[in-house]
This record gives sequence, C-alpha cells and structure tokens, in this order.
Amino acid sequence: MTIALDEFARRIRLAALDLCHCKRTSHIGGALSVADILAVLYGDVMRIAPDLASDPVRDRLFYSKGHACVALYAALDIRGFFPAGGLREGFIADGSRFTSHVSHRLPGIELSTGSLGHALGVACGSALAGKRRSLSYSVFTVLGDGELDEGSNWEAILFAAHNRLDNLIAIVDYNKLQSFGTVEAVTGLEPLAGKFRAFNWSVIELDGHDLSAIKSALSVAKARRQGRPHCIIAHTVKGKGVSFMEGQLAWHYKSPSDADLHAARVELGQL
Amino acid sequence: MRNTFINTLCELAAARDDIFLLCGDLGYSVLEIFADRFPDRFLNVGIAEQNMTQVAVGLAREGYNVFTYSIGNFSTLRAMEQIRYDVCYHEASVKVLAVGAGYAYGPQGVSHHATEDIAMLRVIPNMTVCAPADPVEARAAAHFMASYRGPGYVRINKIGEELIHDPATSLDFAPGRLLPVQAGNDVAILATGAIVAHALLEVRAAGNSWSVFSVPFVGGYDPAQLREIAQAHDLLVTLEEHQLNGGFGSSIVEALSDMYAVGNLSSMPRVRRIAIPNCFIGTAGSQDYLRASAGLTLASLRP
Repeated sequence: MTIALDEFARRIRLAALDLCHCKRTSHIGGALSVADILAVLYGDVMRIAPDLASDPVRDRLFYSKGHACVALYAALDIRGFFPAGGLREGFIADGSRFTSHVSHRLPGIELSTGSLGHALGVACGSALAGKRRSLSYSVFTVLGDGELDEGSNWEAILFAAHNRLDNLIAIVDYNKLQSFGTVEAVTGLEPLAGKFRAFNWSVIELDGHDLSAIKSALSVAKARRQGRPHCIIAHTVKGKGVSFMEGQLAWHYKSPSDADLHAARVELGQL
Repeated sequence: MRNTFINTLCELAAARDDIFLLCGDLGYSVLEIFADRFPDRFLNVGIAEQNMTQVAVGLAREGYNVFTYSIGNFSTLRAMEQIRYDVCYHEASVKVLAVGAGYAYGPQGVSHHATEDIAMLRVIPNMTVCAPADPVEARAAAHFMASYRGPGYVRINKIGEELIHDPATSLDFAPGRLLPVQAGNDVAILATGAIVAHALLEVRAAGNSWSVFSVPFVGGYDPAQLREIAQAHDLLVTLEEHQLNGGFGSSIVEALSDMYAVGNLSSMPRVRRIAIPNCFIGTAGSQDYLRASAGLTLASLRP
C-alpha cells in the first residue's frame, strides 16, 4: 500500500458518508469512530489482500460492529476487494450482497455480523485453530463498546485468556455512545482496562484517532506472543471528523442530508 | 447410545484429522476416550455454550468439522442464535450434540428435559436434524456427521437403549429415508429417536401386525417413499418424545399436505400425532414414567 494512513482514513470517512447519504442508511456515527482503526488495519498492520483471500496465513478480521458496515466496506474497497464502482452501486440494492450489516458473502469478510456479541467468540475459535496448527496468522476483532453488555463477549474474554490466545487482538471502539444513551448511563463499563487486565489480557489504552499510536500498539501486539490475548482500548469519538456529528447520539440513526454531506465534505477537505 | 456415538467418533477421528470435539464441561466418563487420544482436537470450553458454539464456528471456518457436546437444552436452546446465525447462515461444519433427548434425564426436572429442540432446530435453514433410535443408528449417525460438510444436530438419548436394528445389517441411513423396522399393514407407526423401541414393544405385545418405521432424520422426506407408505396403510401414527407443536409429527403432516396440495398424493391420509401435549411436566419421574404421563403410548389406538 502506498496510501498514507491519514489519507486512507479520510477516504473511509468520505465513502462512508457518501454511502449513508445516497442510500439513506444509518450508523454513520459508529463508522466515523472506527475509521482510523480500520485505516491502520487495512492500510498497514494486517497481512491481507484480495489475492490472499484463501491464504491460510492471511491475517483475519472478525468485525463485530456489523452495523458500522460502511466503514469496513470502504476500507475493503480502497484495498481493491470489490470491482470498481460495485460498492456504491450495490450497497443495499435489491438482490445485492452489500447488506447494511456486514456479509461474509462479500470478498474479504470473514464473518457476517449484525447481531452483537458474536465475533469475539468466533475469533477465539479461529485463533485456537492457529495455535493448534502452529500457523503464524493473527486474529483481529473490532468490538463496539455497547456490545460489551452481551454476556457472550464475557464468556469469550474468559476463554481467550484461559487458552492463552496471544494471537488474538481485540480492539474496542470505545466511542462512549450506544443505541439509546451513553455507555456510562446505560451500563457503565469502567474500569474497562482494569476489567480486561483482571481477566488476564494484555491491555493498551490509546487515542483511537491517533494513527501512529494505533499503528504502534497493533504492531507491538501482533509481535508479542507471550501467552496473553491483547486488548486495545481505543478511546474514540462517535462521528469523529465531522464536527456536527461528533458525540451526537442522533447520528447513530440519521442519514446525512445533501447539506450535511456538503458540510462534511468541506470539513474533510474534499470540497 | 451416547457412548456408542462418542466411541464411533473416536474411530473416525483416527482416520480423519479434521474432527474436533468441544464440550461444555459435561461428558464425565464419556468423553475421556476422545480427549486422551486426541488432545490436540479436544477442548472443554467451560460452562459457556454460546461461546462453545462460536468457537466451533471459528474452528470450522479454519477447516475443522467440529462437534459440540452438552446436555439437551444447553448445547441447543442456550445457543440458539449462535446456531442460527453463526453456524447455519455460514454453513459451518458444526455438529451440535445433545445428550438427554426428551425425558432421558427425567428425574432432574424440566431444566433437563429436551422437549422443544426438534421444532426449534428443524426450522433453521441448512440444519440437518438427526435423532437416532438405537446404538446401531447412533453409530450410523456418527459416520454420517463425520463426513457431512455443513451444520448438523444429533439428538442422543443416553444409555441402555434396546437394539431395534440388527447390527450386521446395512442401514439406508440418509436424510429423507424412513427405515422399516417391522413390516405390517393397516397402521404405520412412524417414530423418531429412542422411543421407536418402545413403540415396537407395544405393537408386538399387542399382537398387532402394524408397520413400524424409524425416522432418524427429521424433515426433507423422500416423497416417493412417504407416498408409498401413506397409500399402503389406513392410518399413519407419528410418535415422538417431544412437544406436539412443530415437532416430528408436524414435519410428517406438512410433507404429506404439501404433496397432496400439488397432486403428488391422491388422497390425504389420516395422521394421528402422538407427542407431549404442549405442556411441561414438572413432577419427578423416570423416563418411562414421564413418557406415560405425557401420553406417549400407543394404548389409545387400540380398539
């Protein structure tokens, strides 16, 4: 890849905004909060490419935030997983595979998600297979913060540490807003880093919009196989990059109007 | 049948290195044989059936054929959404095993009665539901599931089942097939699971010359065979250790009705469904006692 990470992230945001605008879909807030994380994963850290789709040692990403599909679709599109123009034309179109929760029927996507609390456990199975077969791949998963309410995630968090899945890297997109309120008000997670540490995970907390910090942490986690799974707690802002969407619960639901899209493009330097 | 299934799985795992067995902290005195012999393809996931099912999907997507083992409702209903979305939608090679079909864990109470599982699993696309009747069928089920790519469910009674098939015979053990256990006329008993043996005993004790079929796979019936059976008898009786709504008997009625509706069956046969009458039985009791309490007997058919 020759695209700078900041440009990669900017393109994810612009594509996500465009898709939510032109197809009138929601969840742009969570797509913008995870954009920098995906830029680092797909622009740098993960060993992944369209021609490696069935390579046994490709890195895997199990994307638990299935509702924030536009960001993942955009990242894959930038990396050439889809035919040119296919995403914009196909997204949520009748009969297309581009559903508005991510679909494994698309190239480059390991698992369909949309129901929360599923991907981490499946990622554990993939990581366990890697350990049992001594394969070198790393298994990444991106979790929302709200979905840590799901008990299945805590079953998997126990499991990963007990089975020493140090090839597993979970990234929490901690944007502090869930469907119907702040995380703090709905079911508080703090001390979140302390919880993962108490479960015997190796934890790094960082600014989820600091590309070099994300890159450094993911690279370190990928290389360090010392018996503990890795949790990257990425403090993010829902709607990041578009001032009037930042920290606003409404953008979990609203799709950008023509004027919203124009203003967002101006802020992101496209216009 | 529980031990027969696991012992057969061990034999198969020696020849097939893709077989992986997960358990939800159950299987004492049953699974050790597999765990000791194939430690790299066994894991006790702990008492966490949702995660067991998810881990199975992760392993399956890396090429394993994964069996998940627990008691009735725990490996099934507790993980229903994982079975629907992660296993079946992804067509993952995960075989859900449930020990304790129907009232096999009778005295332990309703928590341990697996009496809604057939209805809930058979409705999910891509799922193959199998309820072996005896150790011979359990062995055949292990062979089938070891080579089948895709989602499966095996509903296993427990221990002490009588043989209904001669172990030396080769069974026509495949989805859609009804296995004749006793040839007769007038009435055809179609039963699934360990209660087939019970039906056979009742028919023989009454001196009836009725046909008895074991139906180890629920749904997807061979229309030609079902039509032949329907036309050769005056009455079809379905019998299952499961709730009436949506279970095995329902699947037979649906299949016959669908055939009749499109002209693949000249007349709609009389079908009597014998199943648990859509209720919980909260009293203690042996499997035989609870079966009788639920009316799972052919007694009402006698003149």
